[in-house]
Amino acid sequence: MNILVCIKQVPDTKIIKVNPKTNTLDRSSAPAILNPYDAHAVEEAVRLKEVHGGKVTVLSMGPPQAKAAIKKCIEIGADEGYLISDRRFAGADTLATSYALFKAIQKMMNEQGVDLVLCGKHAIDGDTGQTGPGIARRMEIPPLTNVIKVEKVDTVANEIVVHRKIENGYERIQSTLPCLLTVEKEINQVAYSPLPNMLRAARYNPIIWTVDDLDEVDIKQLGLKGSPTIVGKMWPPEKSKGAELIEGDVKKQATEIVALVLSKQELFEVKGGE
Amino acid sequence: MPEKFDVIVVGAGPAGTSCAYTCAKNGLNVLLIERGEFPGSKNVMGGILYRKQMEEVIPEFWKEAPLERPVIEQRFWFLDKESMVTTSYKDLEWGKEPCNNFTVLRAKFDKWFASKAVEQGATLINETVVTECIVDEEGKVIGVRTDRPDGDVYADVVVLCDGVNSLLAKKLGFHKEWKPEEVALTVMEVMKLPKKTINERFNVNDDQGVSIEIFGDATQGALGTGFLYTNKDSINIGVGTTLSGMIKKKMRPHHLLEYVKEHPMIQPYIEGAESLEYLAHLIPEGGYKAIPKLVGDGVIVAGDAAQLVNAIHREGSNMAMSSGKMAAETIMKAKELGEYTERVLDSYRTELYDSFIGKDLKKYKDTAHTFEEHPQYFEQYVPLMNRAMNTMFTVDGTAKWDKQKKIMKSFTEKRGKLGVAKDIYRAWRVVK
Repeated sequence: MNILVCIKQVPDTKIIKVNPKTNTLDRSSAPAILNPYDAHAVEEAVRLKEVHGGKVTVLSMGPPQAKAAIKKCIEIGADEGYLISDRRFAGADTLATSYALFKAIQKMMNEQGVDLVLCGKHAIDGDTGQTGPGIARRMEIPPLTNVIKVEKVDTVANEIVVHRKIENGYERIQSTLPCLLTVEKEINQVAYSPLPNMLRAARYNPIIWTVDDLDEVDIKQLGLKGSPTIVGKMWPPEKSKGAELIEGDVKKQATEIVALVLSKQELFEVKGGE
Repeated sequence: MPEKFDVIVVGAGPAGTSCAYTCAKNGLNVLLIERGEFPGSKNVMGGILYRKQMEEVIPEFWKEAPLERPVIEQRFWFLDKESMVTTSYKDLEWGKEPCNNFTVLRAKFDKWFASKAVEQGATLINETVVTECIVDEEGKVIGVRTDRPDGDVYADVVVLCDGVNSLLAKKLGFHKEWKPEEVALTVMEVMKLPKKTINERFNVNDDQGVSIEIFGDATQGALGTGFLYTNKDSINIGVGTTLSGMIKKKMRPHHLLEYVKEHPMIQPYIEGAESLEYLAHLIPEGGYKAIPKLVGDGVIVAGDAAQLVNAIHREGSNMAMSSGKMAAETIMKAKELGEYTERVLDSYRTELYDSFIGKDLKKYKDTAHTFEEHPQYFEQYVPLMNRAMNTMFTVDGTAKWDKQKKIMKSFTEKRGKLGVAKDIYRAWRVVK
C-alpha cells in the first residue's frame, strides 16, 4: 500500500511571540518544527506500512529550510520525501497550497499509485484545516477529517474503516480507497525513533521540485496570485477572565465545586458509542 | 546489522565537533552524537571564544561564524559592598581581524560549528543519548549503545566528549565521582539590551566588546568569580563558585545570581535589561590533578570530560577544541597503523601533556586548591584593598604618610605581619 503524507513546517506556536502592532506572528521568535499533527500522520502511515507493506512518501511545500521537517519524517520512518520549493509558490493560501500539492501528487502518481493520503488535522500556525480536504477535492477522493483511529484497512476490497472525532464522541465510517484522512493527535503516540532511522535521516536529502518540474501547472493558481483569501482584520483573542476563588473549609469548598460542576452539566457529557 | 563507522564522537560541543570536523575533513567516516535538540542547545559557558584554537580547526572562521563582538577590553573588578577597585586593559588592535577573542552565544555558535562538520561529511544525530560504551571480551571499546531502539552502533574508535560529568568515562572506570571542590557551579542569564545602550554603558562601538571579571563580593567571598560580557544586543551576566564553596557558605546559586544583579556596582549596567535565557552548568575545575585516564583500547577522552579547564584564565572551550583536534590527529595516525590500542592512542595523552594545555594546567595545579584552603584571598583581601583605597583617596586632612601607616596596619591587624608575608609568598608560589 502506497501512503502519501502531506506535512508542513511551522513555527513552534508554544513559544512564538505576536507582534503587538500588526498582530502577526513573529516567525523569527520561534524555532521551526514539524507540525505536530503531521507527525502523528506520518507515524500512522509507518504503522500501516508495517502491517500492509508498501511505501510511505512525504510531501511538503515550503522554503528550502523545510527540508528539516521532511528529515524529521524520515526519522519517524518515512521512506521518501519530496519538497516543492519555488518563489512562485510563496504567499499561498489553502486554495493555492492544495493546488500546488495536488500538482506534485499528480506527478508522483505517474510513477506509482497512491492508495491513501494522510494529513494532520490542521497546521498549528494557521489552524484552518482546509488544505487536506482541498487536496481530496482536487484528487476526487473522499476526505475523512478528524480521524482518531484506523480500525481496518482491506487492500483487497479497497476499503478502510476509521473513527472520526465528533463533538460528543466519534463516528465509525467506511470508505473506499484511495481516500484522504486528516488525523487528530489521539490517533497514536509518535514512537521514539530507532537509531537506524536517525542515521538514515541524518544522511537523507529530500527530493526538491520547482514549478518547472511539475506538469501542466496553471501559474495563475499558484502563490499569492492564486490565493483569494483576504485577511480583513486580526486581533488577539480575548484573555479569559480570572479563575473564581472558592473559599471556606474543605467540606464547604467541595460542596461548592460539585454544585458548580453540576450546574454546568459537565457530568452529563454524552460519551461516544456506536 | 548495526552500522560501523571509523569514528564515533559522543557530544557535539567544542571538543566533539573539533574532533568530528578534523576526522571528516581527512576522509574518515564519522558519527557525531548529540544529546540535545541541536548542538549548542544544552551547552553553557560564560561566553568567551578564543580565536587561536578555533582558527586551528577552521581557518578564518570569523568571516562566517555567528559571533557576537570581538573583545577589545578586559576589565577586572575587585568588589566590596559599596565600592570597587578596578583595573583593565583595552587594545584597539584586538578589534581588528583576526582579533584576540570573541563573545559568542553557544546555542548559535555550536549549531553553526556542527554544521561545518556535517559539510565535511560527518553524520550528526541529535536527541540521542549514549548510555554506555560497548566493550568486547578483551576490554576494547568497539562502539556505543544509545537509548534508542536498535540503538547499538560500532566504530574503530570512540571519542568521549560528553562533558564535565562524563558518565561514559566513569562507567569505563576512567574516573570517580568528582568531589565538590573539583567542580564549579555557574549560573548565568542572557539579558536583552539594545545595542545602543550597550555601546553607551560599556563605552564601545557596534564592533567592540568588553569582558568583565568580578572578584570579591560577587561571590560573597567564596572561591569563584562573577562575569559580565557584551554580546551584540544582549549581555551575559553570571557567577560561579566551587561547589564546595557554595556548600560551605550555604549559598543557593540562583540567590547568588540575584545578589550579583542587584549589586549597586553592577545593577546600573543591566538596568532595564530583559531576561532571555537562564542557564546553569557545572565546570570542571579540578585542574591538573583531576585529569582522568585519557585513553584506553579504542577510546579517547577530550574536552570537559577530560577536565581540561584553566579556571584562573577562564579558558576551557579553547582547550576542548585543541584536545578534540589532537584526538582526531591521533586517530588518523592510528588508522595508518591499523591499530587502535591504548598503546597507539597514548600519543594523544603525551601530546596533550606537552602542549599548552598540559603546561598551563600544571602551572596552576595548586592554585584552586590553595585558594580553597586559604579563603582569606577572596574573603579578606578584596575588602582590605577597597578599604585601603578609601583611606588613601578620601581627603580628610590626614597626612598621606599617616594614611599609608594606617593601611599597612589594617592589613597586619587582620592577618598578622607574618600572615601577610606568608599570604604573599603563597600566592606568588601558586601562580609563578
